[in-house]
Amino acid sequence: MKTMPLSYWQAMQARGYSRREFLEFCSYAAAVAGLGSGAFSRVVEAFETKPRPPVLWLHFQECTCCSESFIRSSHPVVADIVLDLISLDYTETLQAAAGHQAEKCLHDTMEKYPGQYILLVEGSVPVKDDGVYCMIGGRTALQIVEEAAAGAAAVIAWGSCASNGCIQGASPNPTGATPIHKLIGPPVINVPGCPPIADVMTGVITHLVVLGHAPELDSQGRPKSFYSRRVHDTCYRRAYYDAGLFVEAWDDESARKGFCLYKMGCRGPVTYNACSVTRWNGNLSYPIQSGHGCIGCSEANFWDNGPFYQHLASFPGFGIESTADTIGTIIGVGAVAGVAAHAVSTNLRKRKLIREHIDESVRGPSGTGVSNPKGGEPR
Amino acid sequence: MSRIVVDPITRIEGHLRIEAVVENGRITDAYSSGTMIRGFEKILKGRDPRDAWAFTERACGVCTTVHALASVRAVEDALGIVVPKNAELIRNLMFCAQYVQDHVIHFYHLHALDWVDVVSALSANPDETSRLAQSLSAWPKTSPAYFTAIQQRVKAFVDSGQLGIFANAYWGHPAYKLPPEVNLLGVAHYLEALAWQKELIKIHTVFGGKNPHPNYLVGGAPCSINTDEVNAINTERLALVARLISEAIDFVEQVYIPDLLAVASFYTDWAAVGGGLSNYLAYGDLPTRSYNDPASFKFPRGAILGRNLSEVHEVNGRDAEEIKEYIAHSWYSYSGGDDVGLHPFDGETEFNFTGPRPPFEQLDVDGKYSWLKTPRWREHPMEVGPLARLLVGYASGSTEIQEVVNDALGRLGVPVTALFSTLGRTAARGLETRLVVHWMKEFYDELIANVKIGNTKTFAAELWDPSTWPADAQGVGLSEAPRGALAHWIKIKDRQIDNYQLVVPSTWNASPRDAKGQRSSYEEALLGTPVADPEQPLEILRTIHSFDPCIACAVHLYDPDGRLVHKLRFC
Repeated sequence: MKTMPLSYWQAMQARGYSRREFLEFCSYAAAVAGLGSGAFSRVVEAFETKPRPPVLWLHFQECTCCSESFIRSSHPVVADIVLDLISLDYTETLQAAAGHQAEKCLHDTMEKYPGQYILLVEGSVPVKDDGVYCMIGGRTALQIVEEAAAGAAAVIAWGSCASNGCIQGASPNPTGATPIHKLIGPPVINVPGCPPIADVMTGVITHLVVLGHAPELDSQGRPKSFYSRRVHDTCYRRAYYDAGLFVEAWDDESARKGFCLYKMGCRGPVTYNACSVTRWNGNLSYPIQSGHGCIGCSEANFWDNGPFYQHLASFPGFGIESTADTIGTIIGVGAVAGVAAHAVSTNLRKRKLIREHIDESVRGPSGTGVSNPKGGEPR
Repeated sequence: MSRIVVDPITRIEGHLRIEAVVENGRITDAYSSGTMIRGFEKILKGRDPRDAWAFTERACGVCTTVHALASVRAVEDALGIVVPKNAELIRNLMFCAQYVQDHVIHFYHLHALDWVDVVSALSANPDETSRLAQSLSAWPKTSPAYFTAIQQRVKAFVDSGQLGIFANAYWGHPAYKLPPEVNLLGVAHYLEALAWQKELIKIHTVFGGKNPHPNYLVGGAPCSINTDEVNAINTERLALVARLISEAIDFVEQVYIPDLLAVASFYTDWAAVGGGLSNYLAYGDLPTRSYNDPASFKFPRGAILGRNLSEVHEVNGRDAEEIKEYIAHSWYSYSGGDDVGLHPFDGETEFNFTGPRPPFEQLDVDGKYSWLKTPRWREHPMEVGPLARLLVGYASGSTEIQEVVNDALGRLGVPVTALFSTLGRTAARGLETRLVVHWMKEFYDELIANVKIGNTKTFAAELWDPSTWPADAQGVGLSEAPRGALAHWIKIKDRQIDNYQLVVPSTWNASPRDAKGQRSSYEEALLGTPVADPEQPLEILRTIHSFDPCIACAVHLYDPDGRLVHKLRFC
C-alpha cells in the first residue's frame, strides 16, 4: 500500500520545530540553492505542501568521502533534512538494515515509488570483465545502477567518481571505471569534487526538491550555480596574482604572507568550483587559504593533468570573460615564462574586468546562473 | 546446518560480504569477501612521488588523512627527509582529530544500532532517562523536556510510515538488552554526535584547507604559521583549534565514555564472544620527538603472540621476512605460484577473477573468494586496530594506557581477558579515544610553546627539488590508522614511482584464508558467535562492526609490469 509522505512542514511540526524555525530553514534553503530573496515565498510554499521524496543512495567504486562530506553540512536543520525530511530509504553507510533486509529497502522503494524517487550515486561503475570489480549482493554495480536509474525521477552523480571516474579512472584505468552519465540516459546532475563541498551537495538537493526540477546545468552536466566560476577568479589571493606576487617555495616569506600559489602548481586557474566562495566546513577555509594550491579535484581527468606541483604554463586570457563551456579543462604543463610575462602585463583592460567581476560577485550577474536575484526559475 | 549470506554489510566503509555457516544456533565457519577494487597501485606507477599522498588519500574518505600521512612518511623515509617539529605537531593534531571524530562516528552512527533499539526508545520514561543521564556525567543536555522532545521526534518518524535509514532493521530482536530509557539516551546522542562531529573536524580545515581529504605535503605541512598575518595560521586560527579541542574533551569525557560504559554494562556477555585471533600487531604512532624515534611514540610499536602480554616482539617494516602478502584465496595470481608470500617491496599482482559470474547466490569458498590479499607477520595472522594498539601499549608498559584500561576494567568489574572479545574491541576504541583527545591538547600546547619563542618553521626545503634526490630510493611509511596498522612501501626510480604498495588495516582483518588455511580476524572472530535467528543475523553485525570495517582501503591491485591475465572486455 502506498503511503502518503509527510510534507516538510508537517514533518518539522511533528519534530517539535516552531514556525519561526521552519521559516529560518526555508530562508537558508533558498540561500544555499542560490535563490534570491524574492524566491522566499515560493520556497516556503514548496516545503509546506510537497511530500518528502524517497531517496536512494548507491555506493560503487568510491571511498565514501562524498557521504562524509554530506554529513558535514553546516546548518543543523539541513542535517535533519538528510536524515529525516527526505526519506533516505537506502544508503549502505548509515542504514540500520543489512544484507537482504537492506536490499529489500532498495526494491521496496523502486516498486512503491516508480518515477518518483531521487537516485544519488556515489562512485564509478567498472565495466571491464563483466563488472566483477564491484559486486553488491551478488550483482554487479552495472546491473544495479541500470535497474535503479530506470524508475528514478532524477539522478545525481555525487563527486568526481560518479561524475568523471576520478582516481580509479586515472591512467591506465585498470577496472574500466566509468562515470554514471555514460551508462544511463540523460539528464544526470553531475556534482564533481573529491569530495564535493557539503553545502553544495545539500544546495543541489534543496534546489531539486524545492523547485521540482534540476538546476540549470552546463555542458558537463554541472549546476551552473556552483560550477560556473573558476576558483582563480573568485580567489581571495587573486590580487597577489594580479600584482605578480607569488609564493616561490613552501613556507618562504611569501607563503607566510599568503601570496598567490600559482607557481607552486595551483590549479585554481583551470578549476570550476565554489571553493573560494562557499569555502569548506562551515565557510571556514579552502585549500588555498590554508596554504596549499588547488589540485583541481572537481575537473575531469585532474589526476592526469600533470604533477600537482608543476605550475601551469599558461591559460587562456585572464579568464573572467571565459566560461566553463569554452575552456573546459585545457591545461598546459610545460615550463614557460608565462608568469613573468603576466606580472608585467597587468593593464587597464584587466583592471576594468576585475572591477566588473568584483561587482558581479557582489551583486550577482543577470542570466549567468550564478544567482537569480529576480527569484524566478533559472530557465 | 545453514549458510547465512550478509551482503551488503552496511554501516561500514566499502563493500563487504560475509558468508557464515550456522549449526545449532552458533557460527561454525565464516568467509569474508571484499567485493570491489579500484587499482590504486597500478595508477601510481610513473607518478611524481610528491603527489602520492593525494592519490593514496583517496583510498578512503572515512579515515581520510591516514593514507596521506603514511604516504608522505614513505617518501620522506626513502629520501631521508626529516620534517620540522611543528610539522610533526600539526600532523599529530590532524591525526588526533581524525581518531576522535572517526571513533565517535563509528560508535554512534555505525555501531550503536547493533546495541540500541530505536523503536524501544518510544516506550521510555523521559524522566527516568533524564535521571540516568544526570547520574552518568555533567553533560548539560539532560532535562526531561529534552528527552521528551527527542522521543516525540522518534514517534513522529515511526508514525510517518517512512522509516528511511531505520527501515527493515532488527528492532525487537531478543539480543537487544537495553532498557527503553537507555535506548532513548542512545538515540539522543546519535543526533548530538552527528551535529558535533562536523565541528571537531574543522581542525583539518584549519591546517589542511578542507575535510574530507585535507592537504598534506612531503617535507612538512603546507600551511605556514605567521602571527602577524591574516593569511596564515595565526592566533585566530589557533584559538579556534583550542576551542574545538576543549569541546572534544568534553564530548568524549561526558558523552562517549559514559555511554560506552553504560551500554557495555548491559552486554557483558559479549566479553566472551568474538575473541578471534590471539595475535596483535601495532606499528605505533604519535611521535613526541620524531617519527624517526619510535621509542617516543604515544602508541608503542610491537607484536603480541598467543595473547602473551608479558612479551612484545619487535616489528620492522623493512625486514623481508616479517610482512608478506598471500593470494591463495584472493582473485590474483603470482608468477611464482599462488602459495608463496611476497614482501610488499617485491609484491606482484595480476587480476585473476575465478568467482561465479554475477548475479550469484554463493561464493566458491574452496577456491579464491575475495579481492583482498592476505597479509601475515612472520606467517602469523594478526589482528590490528584499537584493541591491538592498547594491548601492545599495555604490554609495553605505557602507564597512560595502563591507567585508562585498568580504570575501565575496574568500573565494569571484568578482568583484562575480557578485552579479547567483541565487547573488548568496542571498548578499546572508546578508551583510546579518551587517551587521544587529551594527547591532542598536549600537542597543541607544545605547538603554542614553539610559536611563543618564534619557532614557526613548518617545512624542510632541502630535498624538495627532485634534482637533489638519488637515482634510486626506497622507503616505508608506517602509521596507525583508526582501524589499525597501516603501511605504504615505495620504490623510486629516476625520480618517479617505480613501485607502490599499501597494506592497510582492513586487509589484515578482513582478508580471506592464507595458503595454510589460517583464517584472518573477521573469519576467526565469528566462530562460536551465537545466532538467535538466522533470518536476522544481528550478532554477525555486532562482531564485524566491532572491527570498524573499511573495505575501500583494503582492496588494491598492483601490477609492476602492467600485465593483466584476463583479456579485458567492455560490456
